[in-house]
Amino acid sequence: MTTTLKPVDAVLVGFGWTGAIMGQQLADAGLSVLALERGPWRDTATDFATGFAQDELRYMWRHHLFQNVTDDTLTVRNHLDQEALPMRHLGSFLLGTGVGSGGVHWNGQIWRFLPSDFQTKSHNQQRYGAKAVSDYDLTVQDWGVTYDELEPHYDTFDKLCGTSGKAGNLNGQIQAGGNPFEGARANEYPTPPMTQTYGPTLFGQAAAELGHHPFPHPTGNLSQPYVNPLGAQLGKCTYCGFCEKFGCGNYSKASPQTTILPYLMAKPNFTLKTECEVLRVELSADRKRATGVTYVNSAGEEFFQPAEMVILSAYVLQNVRLLLLSGIGKPYDPKTGEGVVGKNYAYQTMSSVNVFFDDKLINPFIGAGALATVIDDFNGDNFDHSGLGFIGGAYVGGMVTGGRPIEMIYTPQGVPAWGLEWKQAAAKNYLRSFSFSIHGSCMSHRGNYLDLDPTYRDVHGRPMLRMTFDFTDNEHKMSDYVTDKAVEVAKAMNPREFKVNRRTGSWSVTPYQTTHNTGGAIMGDNPRDSVVNKFLQTWDVPNVFSLGSGAFPQNAGYNPTGTVAALAYHAAHEITTRYIKAPGPLVAA
Amino acid sequence: MRRPRIRGKAALGATAALGALGLAGLAVGQILPPLPAHPVTGVTPVGFLAAPIADTTPNAAQLQRGQYLVRAGDCVSCHMREGGDPLSGGFALKTPFGTIYSANITSDRETGIGGWTPDQFHRAMHDGIDDQGKNLYPALPYPWFRRISRADDDAMLAYLKTTPAVSYTPPPNKLPFPFNIRFLVKFWNVLFLKSTDFRADPRQSAEWNRGAYLVTGLGHCGGCHTPKNWLGADKGGQDLQSGKLDNWVAPDLTANPRTGLGGWSVEEVAEYLKTGRNARAGAGGAMADVITYSTSLLSDADRHAMAVYLKTRPAGAEPAIGAPDAHAMARGAAIYSDACASCHLENGVGQPRLFPPLGHDAVLQQADPTGLEHIILAGSRVGTSPAAPTPLTMPSFAWKLTDQQVADVSTYIRNSWGNRAAAVSSGSVRSLRKSLDLEAIRYTANSGDQN
Repeated sequence: MTTTLKPVDAVLVGFGWTGAIMGQQLADAGLSVLALERGPWRDTATDFATGFAQDELRYMWRHHLFQNVTDDTLTVRNHLDQEALPMRHLGSFLLGTGVGSGGVHWNGQIWRFLPSDFQTKSHNQQRYGAKAVSDYDLTVQDWGVTYDELEPHYDTFDKLCGTSGKAGNLNGQIQAGGNPFEGARANEYPTPPMTQTYGPTLFGQAAAELGHHPFPHPTGNLSQPYVNPLGAQLGKCTYCGFCEKFGCGNYSKASPQTTILPYLMAKPNFTLKTECEVLRVELSADRKRATGVTYVNSAGEEFFQPAEMVILSAYVLQNVRLLLLSGIGKPYDPKTGEGVVGKNYAYQTMSSVNVFFDDKLINPFIGAGALATVIDDFNGDNFDHSGLGFIGGAYVGGMVTGGRPIEMIYTPQGVPAWGLEWKQAAAKNYLRSFSFSIHGSCMSHRGNYLDLDPTYRDVHGRPMLRMTFDFTDNEHKMSDYVTDKAVEVAKAMNPREFKVNRRTGSWSVTPYQTTHNTGGAIMGDNPRDSVVNKFLQTWDVPNVFSLGSGAFPQNAGYNPTGTVAALAYHAAHEITTRYIKAPGPLVAA
Repeated sequence: MRRPRIRGKAALGATAALGALGLAGLAVGQILPPLPAHPVTGVTPVGFLAAPIADTTPNAAQLQRGQYLVRAGDCVSCHMREGGDPLSGGFALKTPFGTIYSANITSDRETGIGGWTPDQFHRAMHDGIDDQGKNLYPALPYPWFRRISRADDDAMLAYLKTTPAVSYTPPPNKLPFPFNIRFLVKFWNVLFLKSTDFRADPRQSAEWNRGAYLVTGLGHCGGCHTPKNWLGADKGGQDLQSGKLDNWVAPDLTANPRTGLGGWSVEEVAEYLKTGRNARAGAGGAMADVITYSTSLLSDADRHAMAVYLKTRPAGAEPAIGAPDAHAMARGAAIYSDACASCHLENGVGQPRLFPPLGHDAVLQQADPTGLEHIILAGSRVGTSPAAPTPLTMPSFAWKLTDQQVADVSTYIRNSWGNRAAAVSSGSVRSLRKSLDLEAIRYTANSGDQN
């Protein structure tokens, strides 16, 4: 039996970064807003207090903060002709759940995409010819939104988080010490960069000697105490090195908990219900309007929540699945190229270089999620790709995100993964090594997509999402090229030795890479090529919005959260200034 | 993070006229109403206390004054139970004599005070006698409230009668014999009800007198901050020299530089009252609600006046304090590094307004260490306000530290960075742990590992 509840103006499906941002914006506009979160309530002092937050076994290995794959997971395969199997242990990416979700256990790496990243197709076509964007069956697109349109919203997110960094381009003027390749920023970062420790400093010196342009990684691990425009307070980071996979007990990592919830939870027109999982979006008989959502609570009771607007603010994989389960938009067919929902699933192309010293103590336990010195010389289209045979790029960061003993002990080439020899190498190298991250773009490809699995179902009986993905030659060539550049930096540091971990072979679900899944509910300027318009409004059902990285038509060489947040603010601005006065399509089809 | 205690009640259901919107021709296929279509009428307790009263309301000036005075009296902290409506009562006040439940003071005529006359209300506030002529327990702080002017009492009642009527009868008090005999309160009044109507001190400034009126009257600061005798009455001549209730210590508010406000500036006191935090301290324990439902909602001028008055309160005699045991200090230092330094930092400097600095700290140096032990065992959340909404929280360490470890780290903190206070015994920690019901580790919905 389904109980019908009292209608609300807007229902948010999922309550991480995008749900919190949209919830605050809509509640401030006077709407009655209900957020439904499938996971539990989470609060700094009770759920990740400093007294137990730094517990690798609990959080990194036993996945305490992540989605429970015995209730729900997805199936994965590399190619169309394979049978997809369920991901029974989280590996390549770590799906969040609970209030704050990935915004709780991220590293705090806050980036903006390059202006040219938003015109992947037209920009590269113009500079390198039509073949550059169609080789390897790439299906890259322009976003339908520009950097300039998003800049004020990137700025809003920086001010929300108190982002620590150094501008490299202020209103078109290149600034010493920042990223000279970045799009023009209207404002300096709210707080100065973190203090760079020894490893990142060495990286920066070597990169500069080679003529590159090192700068401190912009970070949501704050360099100093900060009060944001909502009055929420963040503390100064203590460099404990437990960010990614962990909640921050020191109020010093930007998260929904530290930046928005203190303000939003006090509003009478905002309500959050936890442990309530939305099963589907319900549509009117003509399927042109959503009437609300059906959800089930932790006692197994089913409810219909009527709403004037439905905002899909879950993670990309859940958003795409809900669109498919609810029949919103035409599913993508990789054989014909027809349809849009599930199209252009993409990821992140990662490789790394570990450097080992005899004479330098790196002390990696002094770390933070975004403690790094970075070069952006080989990202996006910051360099000439003529004759290289690929598009896209990567940043290279000399990072010390932490020295967590289970996960983050680097041993040189040839050392076995266990046993006496490993122990001796670990003891010798733990304090004297660190890693460069080569964080690369991932272009979209005709065969990489998301759909509903024909076989496997979740605890509610719904088909699981099926992911079909592999890296293409474009990604391998890009990654090798930038990894070679990173090796040059490693050599310039004169280490005892270094180890190169290249991106080789097919994508594997097992080793952790990043939780930067993108696409499947992509944005664009027309309904034939995209699921949502530039304001993340679905073309087919105008009172349904799909937020998050699902909107990325392909993924740039940066961590996605900054762009996810900017797109959410961009959508919220349009909803609160235009849509609520006259609900309907915000862009003519 | 505290969730608002009340949520939206009935939606208005008012849907704006649709005609003039000109939405015809959109692909939606039907015209949708503009938003908000389902406005929320419920309020949070703070929203309730701060809800504007229009100047055009009949009797607006008196009602606005009454609402402000209800904030100044911190009525909501006691007259609201968890999950209940503001002012509807039912909050369990744990006294050394038993549990007393606060009354419903909404405008409900049957269960609240909607039928009370101004004379009846004044008698309750001034003499502790209810509308039936029965004695009220001094849990209602009438020994302080009797300093309130009649005009202010009348304003409060007028305002309270405009609040939404909530039909709710609190549970009966749980008081053992002989404290359950209300008649005995008459003797208590004869013995202890010494306070008089407020009289301004002509030698002091108008601001000081305003502060005195708020602190010693409606604000009833001494209700917690003045030590009590065995019958729960103020100890004579020890005003605001630190009290104890419900396993908390309300710190010394006198000029004592070690345990009181001697080291604080007037501005620091006022900032603390406004936001629950300043460069020296954070307002946890029972003070958190005082910040949220009272002092943060007052005017800057009134907070400044309270601070000016408080800064002139004379300190009590300083006790002799022996040097702490060196072994306990060494053990405490090690525990501090392990458990405390990530927020309060190795040298105790903390992060002002976030994690209180521990040096020269009044709370830590109170003669009675119960407050410090309580914070370590149970954790403590600072009061929030619209100006400072972050509910900064010290986590509980009851699950992690033994009684001896809590005692040692307390002794260490109480005798480091300029602090000086008596050593803490594991016995006092043990008994507090027992009375806080923190002897067993409790697991929450979030506790389990999934694999």
